[in-house]
Amino acid sequence: MRKLLFIALAALAPVAAETIVIENATIMTVTKGTLKGSVVIRDGKIAEVGEKVMVPQGATIIDAGGQYLIPGIIDCHSHIAVDGGVNEGSVSVSSMVDIKDVIDPEDVSIYRALAGGVTTANILHGSANAIGGKTVVLKMRWGKDAQGMIFEGALPGIKFALGENPKRAGNPPGGRGANATPVFARYPATRMGVEDVIREAFNQAKAYKAEWDAYDASAARGEHAIPPRKDLKLEALKEVLEGKRYVHAHCYRSDEILMLLRVADDYGFKIRTLQHVLEGYKVAPEILAHGAGASTFSDWWAYKIEAIDAIPYNAALMQKKGIVVSLNSDDAELMRHLNTEAAKAMKYGGVSENDALAMVTINPAKQLGIDQRVGSIEVGKDADLVIYDKHPLSDYAKVQKVLIDGTVYFDRDKAVSAAKAAAAEKQKLLDKIKQSQPRQQPARRPNG
Amino acid sequence: MKKIGLLFSLAAGLWLGGMVAWAAADAPVLIRGVDVYPVTGPAIKGVSVLLENGKIADIGAKVAAPKGARIVDGKGLCVYPGLIDSATQLGLSEIEAIRESVDTGELGEFMPQLRALAAVNPGSEHFPVVRVNGVTTAMTFPAGGGGGGRGAAARQVISGQAALIHTDGWTWEQMAVLPSAAVAVQFPSLGGRGGRGGNPDFAELLGEAGAAGTYAQTLRTYQEDLAKLTDFFDQARRYQKAKAASAPGLVRDLKYEALIPVFEGKTPLAISVSTPKTIHDAIAFADKQNVKVVLLQPREIGSAAAELKAKNIPVILGKVLALPHGEDDPYDQAFTLPLECYKAGVKFAFGTFENEFVRDLPYQAATAVAFGLPREEALKAITINPAEIWGVSDQAGSIEKGKLADLVVTTGDILEIQTQVKHVFIKGQDVDLTNKQTRLYEKYLARP
Repeated sequence: MRKLLFIALAALAPVAAETIVIENATIMTVTKGTLKGSVVIRDGKIAEVGEKVMVPQGATIIDAGGQYLIPGIIDCHSHIAVDGGVNEGSVSVSSMVDIKDVIDPEDVSIYRALAGGVTTANILHGSANAIGGKTVVLKMRWGKDAQGMIFEGALPGIKFALGENPKRAGNPPGGRGANATPVFARYPATRMGVEDVIREAFNQAKAYKAEWDAYDASAARGEHAIPPRKDLKLEALKEVLEGKRYVHAHCYRSDEILMLLRVADDYGFKIRTLQHVLEGYKVAPEILAHGAGASTFSDWWAYKIEAIDAIPYNAALMQKKGIVVSLNSDDAELMRHLNTEAAKAMKYGGVSENDALAMVTINPAKQLGIDQRVGSIEVGKDADLVIYDKHPLSDYAKVQKVLIDGTVYFDRDKAVSAAKAAAAEKQKLLDKIKQSQPRQQPARRPNG
Repeated sequence: MKKIGLLFSLAAGLWLGGMVAWAAADAPVLIRGVDVYPVTGPAIKGVSVLLENGKIADIGAKVAAPKGARIVDGKGLCVYPGLIDSATQLGLSEIEAIRESVDTGELGEFMPQLRALAAVNPGSEHFPVVRVNGVTTAMTFPAGGGGGGRGAAARQVISGQAALIHTDGWTWEQMAVLPSAAVAVQFPSLGGRGGRGGNPDFAELLGEAGAAGTYAQTLRTYQEDLAKLTDFFDQARRYQKAKAASAPGLVRDLKYEALIPVFEGKTPLAISVSTPKTIHDAIAFADKQNVKVVLLQPREIGSAAAELKAKNIPVILGKVLALPHGEDDPYDQAFTLPLECYKAGVKFAFGTFENEFVRDLPYQAATAVAFGLPREEALKAITINPAEIWGVSDQAGSIEKGKLADLVVTTGDILEIQTQVKHVFIKGQDVDLTNKQTRLYEKYLARP
């Protein structure tokens, strides 16, 4: 039913097949160097990139003279556009729940992220439990419904969390003293327990997978076997074991990072990204050997004890050691200036301009397995593009226009005039209320 | 051999360390061939700056090096006055989430006698971290968010005396620039102090009941809070008069005593506000009490702009990189607030309000430039403006002969993230630019 409705709405929506040419821009492709020239967009894809291009007849021209064009920014860690809480924290393994089911397409954070140049974001479950809920990749198609936001074809993920956060839920504030009365006690309360929870879950998932594999084999042989009972919690972990679902693991300290890598090695699955990974620099060779990507903050530190050894050089150091590194936000505000977060990797550790930009474009695309579609300005890729008035790695730069799939979703000039109109409308409404009679307060019913 | 090498380097280290300490403590420093950005005047390119006895002794094309002076080659480098952050909890809060490491937010509602300065931990790891980005001076407040704060502090109305400190020194006494720079007040507001409540304008108009009860109830609480504050000040006035008259039997009261410098116009009140309405009410309060006032962290100035300008009341703006307050507020509300103040002729300085982000002070200022504020105004708001606002412009805030030698030598524009800081001088002393983070970086960069 919902799908039918979506199809009906999609049919009504304007077709984004407009041909657009962005001219005279400094184009920072990220993967193919930087050039002064034009980009031709057709059917939502990048059709041509060059110093001189053939301008198709009837194309809409965007003159970006003196401006900069970069691929849409990708945030590998965000919790925006989630309806209600991001944590199903009542259990230590909540792999049965899915962020995809609670997308709020009207969350204004989507628009604000867009206005900061973000076109794609990895929307994660919270970090209250060792194994959290399933995750989804969205495009910031502001105005579309929940289904229309989903990055079609992107492999889904699952959130893991190590350290203080999953411990905390089992160890409520009030301390452990004799007088402490735990509100509820949820295992685990230590890093040891976090490891055990993950091992136990994969123990079960392996057995579950074996049951299904046996059944599938038997069915393939044409035997009349009875399928095992479907377990929605273990199903997601089975997908992890099969490499069909990415693990995005929240982690801070080097010990817990190494623990997770070893657990994954033991059970034969991969950690796709280590999230936050503030002490990743201490175990860079181990991370590299496992093949995990690292998605970190630029310069956050000191907000909790496990962030005390965080260094702003983390991104640069891990990158120097060969790890694919991205810079993420985990925050609706920070998300709006990931370009300058990238510039911090240049300041702290001397990353090159292009490598810094890669940390918020092609690297997160690689980490999310969507680098064939987005993350750089190349012919055939999605026309997800951002125009800045100044060099995007300068903190004097601001976003002028953002395109997703070749459609302009944000235009600063229009946003500024719309804001003026909205303020005027608000004032009018306020004046109207002032003139009207005070509203009758509804009689209060006694509670009960 | 190894041992000998180690011994040698130890000896050399001691010798060098001794040299540096000696040179920094006593010897004049001559920065040669540097581009000087005095802030209070136009840039002077390729000149020399002499630092002697902790002060700026001379600036000019031909400055002779005094005997024993250390020469710093400033060729291709820029020198700026040390940056001033007008709202932090530096030295008072180490790790936000660990109560034991946080000394802001004492118990009690009216606590003007509390001194932030005496709780400043000179060994805080935050000092070497913020220094390396050029922040030489900071206001440190006795409560989070300036006037009031979280947890226990949420009940505070007067949280104590803020201090203006240098970010280097052996003791807090040596770090003090102004031991008592302001008395911090969290102004009552409709629906929560300091404007952490809802939208009173709408609530008033709609006659709606908020979470805290009806608007009438909210208004009553507000008026009661304001009356309590006024009462406290009136009592303190009476105390001041009694003291001046050497009234017999007068018992020394430390709380009232702490307000005497405020009544004498020596120390301003630093009042946390939020909306134009609370700004207006706070100004009315200060007028009635006939005290100097600095307003902290308004989220908008709107209709209060003219009043601020007319009464020449300075404002400490919070983080520029902040989300809009309301869902329907413009996405760039916080980005454009400095420009709005500038256009209205309101004097302002920037504060970061959280220790973790003090090192980003120049980048916060730069964001205001991206959204229209003239660059020199942004620079003033973290140098000369705060020096004037806090009453130390005779000593700090610009590069002028006779002022304290608080200087930052950079590779370029101090507001740009990519710029590197090469030297920081505080009272003429060459400050160590390493910190825990640089040491961890070096250590793990070398990890095989």
